[in-house]
Amino acid sequence: MTYVWLIPLIPVLAFIVLTFVGRKFSKASAYFAIACTVVAMVLSYVAFFSVLGGSSFHQAFKWFSISSFKVAVGVSVDSLSALMLIIVATVSVLVQVYSIGYMEEEDRFSWYYAVVSLFTAAMLGLVLADNFILFYSCWELMGLCSYLLIGYWYEKPEASSAAKKAFIVTRIGDIGLLVGIIILYITTKSFNFNTVFSTHIGGGIATASAILLFFGAMGKSAQFPLHVWLPYAMEGPTPASALIHAATMVAAGVYLVARTYPIFQASPTALNVVAIIGAISAIGAALMAVVQNDIKRILAYCTISQLGYMMIGLGVGSLTAGIFHLMTHAFFKALLFLGSGCVIHACHTNDIFEMGGLSKKMKITSWTFIIASLSVAGFPGLAGFFSKDEIITAAFKSGNYVIFALALITAFLTSFYMFRLCFVAFFGETKVKAKKAQEAPLSMTIPLIILVIPSIAAGWVAFSFGNFIYFKHPHAAEMNILVMIASVAMGLLGIVLAWGIYYRNWISDEEISRKIGPVHALLENKFYVDSIYSFLAHKVMIDGICSGFAWADMKIINRGIDGIAQLINWIGKELRLAESGGLDNYTLITFGCLALIMFYLLTLIF
Amino acid sequence: MAFPILSFIILAPLVGVLAIAVIPKQKLLAIRSTAAAATFVSLAGSVLICVLYDRVAGGMQFIEKLSWIHSIGISYSLGVDGISCPMVLLTGIVIFTGVLVSWSINERVKQFFINLLLLSVGAFGVFCSRNLFFFFLFYEIAVLPMFLLISVWGSGDKYYGAYKLTLQKIGGSVLVFIGILALYAVSGQNTFDIATLSRAEYLISVQKILFLVLCLGFGVLALLWPLHTWAPIGHAAAPTAASMFLAGVSMKMGAYGILRVAIGILPEGAKAIMPYIAVLAIINVVYGAIVAMAQTDFKYIVGYSSVSHMGLVILGLATLNWVGISGAVFQMFSHGVMTAALFALVGFVYGQTHTRDIRELGGLAAKLPIITGVFVLAGLTSLGLPGTSGFVAEFLVFMGAFKAYKVITVLAIIGSALTAVYVLRVVRKVFYGPVSKKWENLNDATAFEMVPLLILTGAQIFFGIHPGALVSLINIGAKAVAVKAGGGLL
Repeated sequence: MTYVWLIPLIPVLAFIVLTFVGRKFSKASAYFAIACTVVAMVLSYVAFFSVLGGSSFHQAFKWFSISSFKVAVGVSVDSLSALMLIIVATVSVLVQVYSIGYMEEEDRFSWYYAVVSLFTAAMLGLVLADNFILFYSCWELMGLCSYLLIGYWYEKPEASSAAKKAFIVTRIGDIGLLVGIIILYITTKSFNFNTVFSTHIGGGIATASAILLFFGAMGKSAQFPLHVWLPYAMEGPTPASALIHAATMVAAGVYLVARTYPIFQASPTALNVVAIIGAISAIGAALMAVVQNDIKRILAYCTISQLGYMMIGLGVGSLTAGIFHLMTHAFFKALLFLGSGCVIHACHTNDIFEMGGLSKKMKITSWTFIIASLSVAGFPGLAGFFSKDEIITAAFKSGNYVIFALALITAFLTSFYMFRLCFVAFFGETKVKAKKAQEAPLSMTIPLIILVIPSIAAGWVAFSFGNFIYFKHPHAAEMNILVMIASVAMGLLGIVLAWGIYYRNWISDEEISRKIGPVHALLENKFYVDSIYSFLAHKVMIDGICSGFAWADMKIINRGIDGIAQLINWIGKELRLAESGGLDNYTLITFGCLALIMFYLLTLIF
Repeated sequence: MAFPILSFIILAPLVGVLAIAVIPKQKLLAIRSTAAAATFVSLAGSVLICVLYDRVAGGMQFIEKLSWIHSIGISYSLGVDGISCPMVLLTGIVIFTGVLVSWSINERVKQFFINLLLLSVGAFGVFCSRNLFFFFLFYEIAVLPMFLLISVWGSGDKYYGAYKLTLQKIGGSVLVFIGILALYAVSGQNTFDIATLSRAEYLISVQKILFLVLCLGFGVLALLWPLHTWAPIGHAAAPTAASMFLAGVSMKMGAYGILRVAIGILPEGAKAIMPYIAVLAIINVVYGAIVAMAQTDFKYIVGYSSVSHMGLVILGLATLNWVGISGAVFQMFSHGVMTAALFALVGFVYGQTHTRDIRELGGLAAKLPIITGVFVLAGLTSLGLPGTSGFVAEFLVFMGAFKAYKVITVLAIIGSALTAVYVLRVVRKVFYGPVSKKWENLNDATAFEMVPLLILTGAQIFFGIHPGALVSLINIGAKAVAVKAGGGLL
């Protein structure tokens, strides 16, 4: 299975070629990038099926070393990484095909493909990495690609500041990740995953390092309180959002926890932290999604919320459930984003209340979007149903009833805001912006149609999935019929309520928001988290601390050093007076000194 | 005797100086080409010693020795080890690219290049000397021409900048000089030979005092807080190539002095004092980043970023362990090429827009895509992104430091995360944003202007992807120092 090395390297080739000569090829650069990713995808499937057949692969080379301090570049293919490979490669290919149409009018067309290729390479490298350093390197490179794609339209001030915000907030998480890696190395003397996991790590160290690693995951996977960057990240091109900020990169945090799960298992505290943060993110983001009008922002909050679900799954001890939801989510969320891209492309607006009635004008987009919404809402039989149900069941079985309850409420909110979106945008009267809307070209609709298949069917592997992913030990999904009924009921309730309010107009939503005024304000202001951060960053940090320090540096430290120079200057000036040039002065001083010396000699004698 | 390659590297720019001195001042191309040729020869030589250095044998290599004043042990004695090789290479890269970016200088061209080349003679000499007398002589040669470079070819408040920088550095030199003479006196070895001095025995109290004196003296050049203010002010006034040299090479001479002279000769003093220096180092890292975040002058931002990054060098040295010192030297190299690139770019932008105020700039990316790309890349090195040399450097420093100073290291990691804030702030304010009509006449780098940028960027990427090329060299020298100072691997 040496060919596994090619999986991340071929997209790197695409990146290099497109960066240097892409401009000359313009449209052809898309075909080149897609061809490279298709090769990577085919190899990923080959690897996946050979893992399914029972084989595995591990190979590492030295990167650099200082005596026994060794850093390696190594890949390892197991069931978890094989699964991630096919998810990432498949979504990447579909998104790139879709982008041909979506991005065709852009000046920096080949640059877009270059960065997407680099991202694909980094993410494929990340899932293959056999050690923390390669993992961290790919992790950071993905962050860079995310920065570049969010800031793709850098002429727009919103885009450039959103890019900056995304990079910095995730970097704050990375501080934890890096410190965690260092602590693990100091404890186990290795960066290699298997070596670290097979070394006994004491309780306190395990808790500390697991929480630090999770802090990194919180940044990347936009979990509370590091979630603030993801909604702004929607300034980037929509297909990039679909790939990076919905299906793959933001799930890397979940993957990190899953990959380092043995460390988390050694610390119940750390697992609880994961579950609690996941639950807060799940319900908090779902609440914020309810009051958003921007189609991409709704989906962004939905992503945070669904990632929260995955964290709940991992946190309550079900690795299988978390990764299962990661997989199904990757497909239906990519579909939702690509669908929203078609809508935005057609209507030239992001505001769902400026759309309306699109189901008649854009049949493929609308119906694929609605199927994906049903999937995310946990409609029985669809992909999201199986994975979400597994998480909720796992939460119930773990005995964390608070988290179980939050997960159930989130299920209700999810189907409510998704169908609020669907009913407002796709049904009802056609608003101005939607008047001229047309269905997107085939290159954009075909990826939607392809993605519908896993959005429906990816859940059907539920019962064999656990056996496959869980370190190859049998770990089949368990069902609890009552929990299942409860979660399905919650989902349906949400849909019905959305239907009642936004389709049948039983009651106007404005009236509701008036009635719950303060709550509505709280949600619209995103629980004031963004405002607090903004205050801390701009007023306290930049205007306060930084300006204060800058002032002190020039006025106190630098003046102080100048003061020393001036003091020396002054002493020189004063001493100069002694050199008066008058012979009488010199004579006086000379005799005075002579007298002192004689006096000293006399004291020696007597 | 083998070919004296080190003398060759040191003297090539000196020959260049003499040649330029006899070229008539109207022949600008001849002057520039001579400077480029002379520094290219040094660069080629420095690449050669890095490649040829025998990594198995280790120790001092390419040794040359000519006794001069035998009675007090002064000899022209050269040699390089795993630490000095990359520093010589760094000097070669920075001075050659510095000459190339100075191509457009039109005022007193002859004198400009004479001064610039003299600086490199000093720097090469410092990194190759095995005798403290010549070490100090070269150290001063690498300081004084800077006064002229800033006060004649500088901009803004250039006289203040030139005086400030020169006097502050000379203040440091005085401490270094006192330290060197004291070493000579108390060692009783009658020699300035570094190897002999480091074998001599010193009382622990003497070690502590002399270490402190030397560390503060070299600390001025290495930007040890609070002796750092010459850097932003000096940079702001200096012409581009002088800034590149100041940040790229001068600061490293200070750190190299701490490593080679202070720690190398007085390891017991280092053990006692370094924990305190580590505290200053962390102030450097965090303080430099915080102050950089509040700046509006492009050069001040890069200047304060050096304060922050040199803090990581000093922190790495303060670990006294093998990995930490290797990281410090790697960071010296990495920061050198990175900051040289940044100053070259600032100079380029200033040359076209005539402003360094980031509030007035903006939207340059559309007109200057190549310059933007190179800047973003250097910025990524600066914030330690994997794939650039900056990551390896910071990673090694943090690894080494964590064992010795846990809290300080965590603070350092947080502090270096702040780098992202001011780097991306510059990218956003200067390069991103709406395209302005003001910048319609800007031109992106020409093929010739690309050459120095490619060299500097290439070094950041090459050693980021293949750090082994440098680590295999550095760790040999770092091991010798760590063993002497009693530090382990980590």
